[in-house]
Amino acid sequence: MLDIKGLEVSLEEEEKQILKGVDLAIQPGEVHAIMGPNGSGKSTLSYVLSGKDGYEVTGGSATLNGDDILVMEPEERAAAGLFLAFQYPVEIPGVGNMTFLRTAVNAQRKSRGEEELSAGEFLKIIRAKAKTLEIDADMLKRPVNVGFSGGEKKRNEILQMAMLEPKMCILDETDSGLDVDAMKLVSHGVNALRDEGRSFLVITHYQRLLDHIKPDVVHIMANGRIIKSGGPELALEVENNGYADLLAEVA
Amino acid sequence: MSAVEAKSVPDRLEALEVTTTGWSAEARGHALARLRNAGLPSKRDEYWKYTDPTTLNADDAPTAALFNAGEKPLFDDVERLKIVFVDGVFDAEASDDLTLENVEIARLADTEGADIHWAKGLYGVLENNGQTPVKRPFAALNTAMATDGVLIRVTGPVAKPVSLIYRHASDTSDAVLHHVIRVDDGGSLTLTENGPAAARFNKVMEVDIADGAAFHHVRAQGRDHERRAVTHMFARLGKESTFRSFTLTANGVLTRNECVIELTGDDALASVSGAAVGDGVFHHDDTVFVTHDALNCESRQVFKKVLRNGAVGVFQGKILVKEGAQKTDGYQISQSLLLDEDSQFLAKPELEIYADDVACSHGSTSGAIDEDALFYLQSRGVPLQQAQDLLVLAFLSEALEEIDSEELSDALRHRLEDWLARRSS
Repeated sequence: MLDIKGLEVSLEEEEKQILKGVDLAIQPGEVHAIMGPNGSGKSTLSYVLSGKDGYEVTGGSATLNGDDILVMEPEERAAAGLFLAFQYPVEIPGVGNMTFLRTAVNAQRKSRGEEELSAGEFLKIIRAKAKTLEIDADMLKRPVNVGFSGGEKKRNEILQMAMLEPKMCILDETDSGLDVDAMKLVSHGVNALRDEGRSFLVITHYQRLLDHIKPDVVHIMANGRIIKSGGPELALEVENNGYADLLAEVA
Repeated sequence: MSAVEAKSVPDRLEALEVTTTGWSAEARGHALARLRNAGLPSKRDEYWKYTDPTTLNADDAPTAALFNAGEKPLFDDVERLKIVFVDGVFDAEASDDLTLENVEIARLADTEGADIHWAKGLYGVLENNGQTPVKRPFAALNTAMATDGVLIRVTGPVAKPVSLIYRHASDTSDAVLHHVIRVDDGGSLTLTENGPAAARFNKVMEVDIADGAAFHHVRAQGRDHERRAVTHMFARLGKESTFRSFTLTANGVLTRNECVIELTGDDALASVSGAAVGDGVFHHDDTVFVTHDALNCESRQVFKKVLRNGAVGVFQGKILVKEGAQKTDGYQISQSLLLDEDSQFLAKPELEIYADDVACSHGSTSGAIDEDALFYLQSRGVPLQQAQDLLVLAFLSEALEEIDSEELSDALRHRLEDWLARRSS
């Protein structure tokens, strides 16, 4: 599904290398987690994969089902099946949440040569999906993320994911700012989307999210590299001992 | 300027004369005296600092090519009474019969010989009130020289909008229209205006809204790129009355829209708003003056501009709260979205308050499109251009929301979508 080889990335504005050769291969249906201390490059990896401005790829490659995504525009990556659930979802005053979602869904369908959904069809689908995430009609009508609580914003991200049905989902610290109940709700939404053809990359600081979204592989990232990979037990080790031991091990 | 030697401004104003002898003659004479006294504005005038009036002052209208967007006329699906002017000349054939329940409509040019008391009490009167503290010479010129217009008296609720349609057929036309509207107690009217009108258009609308009456005005100023317009709206509001005026401006080499509102009765509401989109040679000026002279009134000014390729937007907005106008709620916002570094927005928001128990706020911003929002939309699969258009419409929507009719605001929203689509194709 997602193949990252020796990815090196610097900031465009200043001479600062953030990713120093990241290798990561995610197979269809797998859930991978990336943990790591602050500043290790986790969020940068998610932004570079989704195509945000401000980063320069200086080496390596990233492909989605064999296609080089690094040369694509952000919207092309989305149409190819990539989705980033933002750590800080953006507020867009003046654009209704429903309008936003319908525009996005139909833009992707159009780029894939599929028929656009009518207002009626769309409404039917979104109502059903919103209900399982406890998103009410009012939240669908309001401007995108404006006045949403932290939990509402994250649920809205998962709703977008559910509507867009991407193949490769990247969740950037989706658990930040969530209370236990909201985390359960969000995790439930994510788990409902798990299937053989869909992969996840879950970026998190805390092991607790991984109690709800069970990963197949856990990676530890530090200083722009993946320094260790293992099973779910690796996350527990971090939870108990912190990163210090792992960092020492590598050094 | 014509081929003959250009006359000096005072000479040109001396040469003007009021030719009608009907009921408006006296008011026109006074207006001409006002105009001679004030002179025509120049860029040296403080009130014209940001907008050069030279071409509005010129003897002849600079030519303006006709523009055909090749789409359905605006508000075509709206059930309404149509009154059509072509280059400022009434077109009876294209217009509907002027009879409608709860409203009397007459043409200014038709009624010169009649004795229309209500109109006589207003023609040039609200315009004259609006000449202090700032002179508005083009409005005085209009009162003196208007060739036609409509007189509308509303006596009750009017079931459908009255629609003034301004067609542009000659590339050198110079039109001067003057409308007078009186909405009686308990009456309500929606008036729409649309079309480029002429190569150069000078229009005045005087609106007197009685106690408990309502007036809704929705305007779209034709998309001929080279047209010029100087327009004035003078509104006087009685107790518990409502005034709403929205203007959409897309294209036009030069537009100056002045709106002068007097809140004279308690508990009245006035809203004046506009959305302007300019690409290239485009200069758009909204100049607003709201006077609060009664208790517990609310006024709103909401102006949004989207500018690119060197387009220029101007906003001069003032809220004057007179002594004793307690519990005034005044709101003013003017914002521009600059899509490149060549475009410009000039704003002069002003508050002048002589009462001590009021809430007035004003804000003015200009900025580029929100990159984070743009990336967010793109990351969901929305192509860059479509994402930009969506954000532009979102930016304008606060102004569109001031319109009280969903049908009319939807029509304008679609017009804006077309305008954006035309630019991206």
